[in-house]
Amino acid sequence: MKSFIEYIISIFKGLWTLLIGMKVTGKYFFTPWKNVTQQYPENRNKLVMFERFRGEVIMTHNAGNEHKCTGCGICEINCPNGSIEIISKSALTQEGKKKRIIDQHIYHLGMCTFCNLCVKACPTGAIVMGQNFEHAVWDRTQLIRVLNKPGSKISEGVKE
Amino acid sequence: MAFNFYDFTNFTHNIHVGLNESFSPFAATTIEWLIVGTSYLLFVALFGLLLVYAERKVCAAFQQRLGPMRVGPWGLLQTIADFIKLLMKELIMPRKADKFLYNIAPFIVIIASFLAISVIPFAPGLQSLDFDIGVFYLTAVSSVGVIGILLAGWSSNNKYSLIGAMRSGAQILSYELSVSLSLLTMVVFAGSMQFSTIVEGQRDAWFIFSGHIPAIIAFIVFVVAGTAETNRGPFDLAEAESELTAGFHTEYSGIKFAFFFLAEYINLFIISGVATTVFLGGWMPLHFGNFESFNHVMDFIPPVVWFFMKVFGVIFIIMWFKWTFPRLRVDQILTLEWKYLLPINLANILLMALVVLTKFHF
Repeated sequence: MKSFIEYIISIFKGLWTLLIGMKVTGKYFFTPWKNVTQQYPENRNKLVMFERFRGEVIMTHNAGNEHKCTGCGICEINCPNGSIEIISKSALTQEGKKKRIIDQHIYHLGMCTFCNLCVKACPTGAIVMGQNFEHAVWDRTQLIRVLNKPGSKISEGVKE
Repeated sequence: MAFNFYDFTNFTHNIHVGLNESFSPFAATTIEWLIVGTSYLLFVALFGLLLVYAERKVCAAFQQRLGPMRVGPWGLLQTIADFIKLLMKELIMPRKADKFLYNIAPFIVIIASFLAISVIPFAPGLQSLDFDIGVFYLTAVSSVGVIGILLAGWSSNNKYSLIGAMRSGAQILSYELSVSLSLLTMVVFAGSMQFSTIVEGQRDAWFIFSGHIPAIIAFIVFVVAGTAETNRGPFDLAEAESELTAGFHTEYSGIKFAFFFLAEYINLFIISGVATTVFLGGWMPLHFGNFESFNHVMDFIPPVVWFFMKVFGVIFIIMWFKWTFPRLRVDQILTLEWKYLLPINLANILLMALVVLTKFHF
């Protein structure tokens, strides 16, 4: 008799849990304005990607065309598939010392897997992930980018 | 030949008389066959396309997506494009397949669906077969389809197909029992196996209202078992993609695959149509006891519209739980049938008999 009662209870419990599930999906169905999917080319003008989205590696420059890259090459070492190439040159500081600075921070977008390791490894926070994802170009040589802008220099106060 | 949207009896009768006047009885009957067959084919093809579209849209809405949006406005032409693609595909025959059985299997499945659809009354006078054993006929022919599924799995020379077909067979054979028993409950209540009589008996109140508790239990059991019988989710373990690729129709391509696909959706329509006819009053409008003005407004909506509104309601419920619940394992499916649905059903029949005997219904 006890097991029979348990059997009856299990039927109603099962039905109840099924109804809970149907309530969840029903809420989704009857609130279509909350849909996640967006129609891409139509909404291009007002599309805002999330901050976490990894579209490309960029180097931030301030208003005075200064970046924070010291040319240390840690990102190059950390990149698992060699997408980053650092070409450094030496320059004289004000005290007359020789110092290594960045000449070209070359980034091969076509090889990048957007793993974020370079951004994590960068000791000065010079490179970050950008949100742009429209990378189609006519020629793959255009996918090789120099991240530091021409004429830019390292900003004051960046410790090596 | 007046066209009455509320009662098709005269319309079909006039066609019959007109044909018999201008042709010999034999030719007239042949032409009638052709007309009926063509209209069913057209209906099934168009309704199948519509259902596939509806399923994709409903599924998308349940998953917070948009569904097809590109082909035509709101993606309305998507299924037509898919259908044209299916028609143009090459028919591939697996090596060492049993040629005869392989080719005949899709036709058996779709013929069974066509046989079953013929007893469903769409409106007064719009029903091609009105047996006095309609319910019995329906349960009989709807289980013919399983032969086609078993043949398809057997003849494909593919282990996935065979396992899928075996699962499908076990499932359909078990759930056939629940479908028949829940229909039988309503037959006890209606006192007839003829679909037109069953519909006529619901003029004042639909059976799900007048039969109260046992009718509601029978309705739930019927919808669950019917979903299982059409091999739809959450009972779609016969074509569980993750383990069996596509189950019994893995090896089929092009139009033969389209037949299986179409048959699945016709079966969905049949289950919903039978649920509508037996529980929700068929093409009868919604009537509430003595609210004369309300009943009159409801009468104003044509019976065909009523029928399809109810059918779409049931289809929506079936789609709702397809896209909510996870797929059952094969032992869980048989447990559900033999340990839950069947005992509930048998107790329910007794309850219904008691209700009918004590006249404890509306």
